[in-house]
Amino acid sequence: METIIAILFAGALLAGFLGSLTGLGGGVVIVPLLTIGLGVDMRYAVGTSLVAVIATSSGAAAAYVKEGITNFRIGMFLETATTLGAVGGAALAAILPAYALMILFGVVLLYSAFVSFRNRKEESLPVRREQPFSEAVVKRLKLNGSYPATPGPLIYRVFNVGWGYLMMAVAGVLSGLLGIGSGAFKVIALDTIMKLPYKVSSATSNFMIGVTAAASAGVYLTKGYIDPVLSMPVVLGVLLGSLMGARLLIRAKTKSLRILFAVVITLLAFEMIFDGITRTI
Amino acid sequence: MMRPKDPNRVEHTLRLIVSQLLRTGVITAAVIIIAGAVLFFIQHPGTAFSYHTFASEPARLREVWTIITQAFTFRSRAVIQFGILVLFATPVLRVLSSLIGFAVEKDWIYVGITAIVLAVLLLSIFL
Repeated sequence: METIIAILFAGALLAGFLGSLTGLGGGVVIVPLLTIGLGVDMRYAVGTSLVAVIATSSGAAAAYVKEGITNFRIGMFLETATTLGAVGGAALAAILPAYALMILFGVVLLYSAFVSFRNRKEESLPVRREQPFSEAVVKRLKLNGSYPATPGPLIYRVFNVGWGYLMMAVAGVLSGLLGIGSGAFKVIALDTIMKLPYKVSSATSNFMIGVTAAASAGVYLTKGYIDPVLSMPVVLGVLLGSLMGARLLIRAKTKSLRILFAVVITLLAFEMIFDGITRTI
Repeated sequence: MMRPKDPNRVEHTLRLIVSQLLRTGVITAAVIIIAGAVLFFIQHPGTAFSYHTFASEPARLREVWTIITQAFTFRSRAVIQFGILVLFATPVLRVLSSLIGFAVEKDWIYVGITAIVLAVLLLSIFL
């Protein structure tokens, strides 16, 4: 038992570190470690992953919010989409072909890994054209912002709010439906669609995933998916890892972060496609 | 990109309050879970690892009030579970504190937005 707890702690350390740097949350590492690595039942794995996501989010967000990297208003505004999406996703779980959708989502992730890698030298992705509707919403809701950088704060603008909102709703549905992957789609909405600088996307996604996950926490607890012994090393490892990740992100080069993001979501994509195929067959 | 001064308004205090709240929630949860871990190794030395099949948790570790009452009898699993409840409560309290913060700033659009998030969150937890 002690050895396994030590392995879980080490895995959680990595999960928190990668999760806070990429904005993906801790589930990416925790679920495969538990299921494939230790042969734990999927339901315990998903419950433990939920605990990891909330721990990463709160641990990293404390630092990001304080430093002013998180775009607070965008986070709050888009949380209406993710929480409603999560409730909808949980309700639709019985009707939708969840595992077939995993394959589709996996392909979307592969595409955004490619986009992220191709634009690795950009702070924020290039804008194709401006939309008057999006402009009006951005102005009304004061979504534009700035974040600390050297030598001085960088001001950025926000684009394609409508599509971003829709993608956030998808991220919410996904987390209600499958309990995983919602962090990846949040970063895609913020970075790929709304053209926020990468660090702001990652920090804002981190800020949001805790709330999306908290929406499912009650259900998971009641169903008995949350085990204290599995969660104990995971929470502690993830918290420590996320603090280390948050410290690094503030100083890191965007290029390295984009490459890391591309690598991690490629792995996540394969994980989802593989899972989707094996479960639909 | 341009590099002039910060256009974001006085959100500074709101930011400090929220980050302080997140930090406090996380540290409290961690301290409780560490205490629970110490108790676990004292009370259950040499427990076997048995999570290969799903057996759900016993009722005493699934219901909020039993978890809290059991935690005060220092049973290790209940203490850890109580720490996890504190962790789960942190994002909810974060939304609540943002609501108060936006109200203090008299930013009514965002008071509305935050109220929607809080309402959906509470509904999903208690329904």
